[in-house]
Amino acid sequence: MSVSFRNVNDCLVVEIEGEIDHHFVDEVKKSIDTRLMSNDVRNVVFDLKKVDFMDSAGIGMIIGRYKQTVKRGGVTSVACLSDNLKRIMMISGLYRIIKIYNSVEEAAKVL
Amino acid sequence: MDYDNEMTLSFRAVSANESFARVSVAAFALQLDPAVSEITEIKTAVSEAVTNSIIHAYDNSSGIVHIWCGCLQNRLYIEITDNGKGIENVNEAMEPLYTSKPEQERSGLGFTIMESFMDKMEVYSEVGKGTKVVMEKNIGQCVSNG
Repeated sequence: MSVSFRNVNDCLVVEIEGEIDHHFVDEVKKSIDTRLMSNDVRNVVFDLKKVDFMDSAGIGMIIGRYKQTVKRGGVTSVACLSDNLKRIMMISGLYRIIKIYNSVEEAAKVL
Repeated sequence: MDYDNEMTLSFRAVSANESFARVSVAAFALQLDPAVSEITEIKTAVSEAVTNSIIHAYDNSSGIVHIWCGCLQNRLYIEITDNGKGIENVNEAMEPLYTSKPEQERSGLGFTIMESFMDKMEVYSEVGKGTKVVMEKNIGQCVSNG
């Protein structure tokens, strides 16, 4: 699994590739938090188009970053979800607090 | 029950084995000709149960996780067992969003996801002895293969 970052407007875009499970999630959380601390942006957008598997460890990771961005007066959103990831977002109820966009550009435009 | 096929798997309770476990069970399920979405559901449910054993039952210390799978006609049977500390209150643990480890950003959705993705899910646990998660799923119920 790999993580890459880029800035779009006032957003830190976090692009994850591979499978998000408990094994990898701590490493991803650390790298996002390090970026957030050294970055002026308020918002985080998860670009998940290259994620082919995610379990509830990923939900925990997104909720954790949501709490951090709220503290900074920003928001966290997700983009480019597969049908399976959308289903997990629905089951978890996460869609109630985190918006789902079809593309990163769409998310960045709104934020 | 006289199953058409069975397999067992035992491995160390370390997080690196989570993907190994879910891929192995998915590979066993392939003989039932599942849809892609069914494979994803099986992998997710197995990942949740195995992660629970590693994090909660063994508290990230040493232990062994056992998986047994069977199939009969179009039904897949999965049992995931640990010999960890057990669950004091299974009903409470199965409540959506309940987690005993909020400081680790656990979502408390493991059992909810297992229940949603499988046709049957039961949890048997005894404090100090361990936990067994029993899951069953009928394969071939999806209309499309996507």
